[in-house]
Amino acid sequence: MADETNQESPRETSRPQSRGGDRDRGDRGERGSGGRDQGRKFFRRKKVCRFCVEKIDDINYKDVRLLQQFVAERGKIVPRRLTGVCTPHQRRLSTAIKRARNIALLPFAAR
Amino acid sequence: MQRSYEVMFIVRPDLTEEDVDKLISTLSTHVTNAGGTVENAEKMGKRRLAYLVKKFHEGQYVLFTLNADGKAVHELERRMRVTEPVIKFITVRMDEERQRLEKIRKIRASHAKRPPAEAAPVEAAESPAATA
Repeated sequence: MADETNQESPRETSRPQSRGGDRDRGDRGERGSGGRDQGRKFFRRKKVCRFCVEKIDDINYKDVRLLQQFVAERGKIVPRRLTGVCTPHQRRLSTAIKRARNIALLPFAAR
Repeated sequence: MQRSYEVMFIVRPDLTEEDVDKLISTLSTHVTNAGGTVENAEKMGKRRLAYLVKKFHEGQYVLFTLNADGKAVHELERRMRVTEPVIKFITVRMDEERQRLEKIRKIRASHAKRPPAEAAPVEAAESPAATA
């Protein structure tokens, strides 16, 4: 993890123009990881978006197996701060889950 | 304006196989009469429903892939609403999604020729958090 921050900083200075657009997203990420600068004791792995990594473009409402992993026990959609899914994919995921609910593939509220 | 749609519907579980086939053929003739075409009609089998629908715990899922205009789909939906064995249905427009996927595939194909350029922007988005 420490290596990663060292790696990132030179890249950051090398491309200052890309910073403006990404700024608020970066801030949000910092809050999520619970203050990386204040000497943290435990190691928290950086979450990555499953859909980006595995290159799943099509989040289909028929794919119940896939959708079920992003639904909590009671049928709620798991927030992306817990799953690490990126914003564009979470958006598609939530519409897919809502469609699946409408056709009784997923529950609105389990039990 | 012809568009591609997917219509998924649930048939009540106590219907026999032949009756389901008959229902599928009647519904697809309604679509063709309204000026659309049924590209594919797939029976997805019996499934447990996630919640009670018209007091049924199970249902037989059928998936239609259509090429039709909005009017034909509207007509099909109206027919399904009045056909008693169909207990639930959903219509999803597919053409925009398909276009989007094709675009992504094209971008990915062009990126595959020069892989190092692909990895950089993703990490750049995260870097302000590390240094701020």
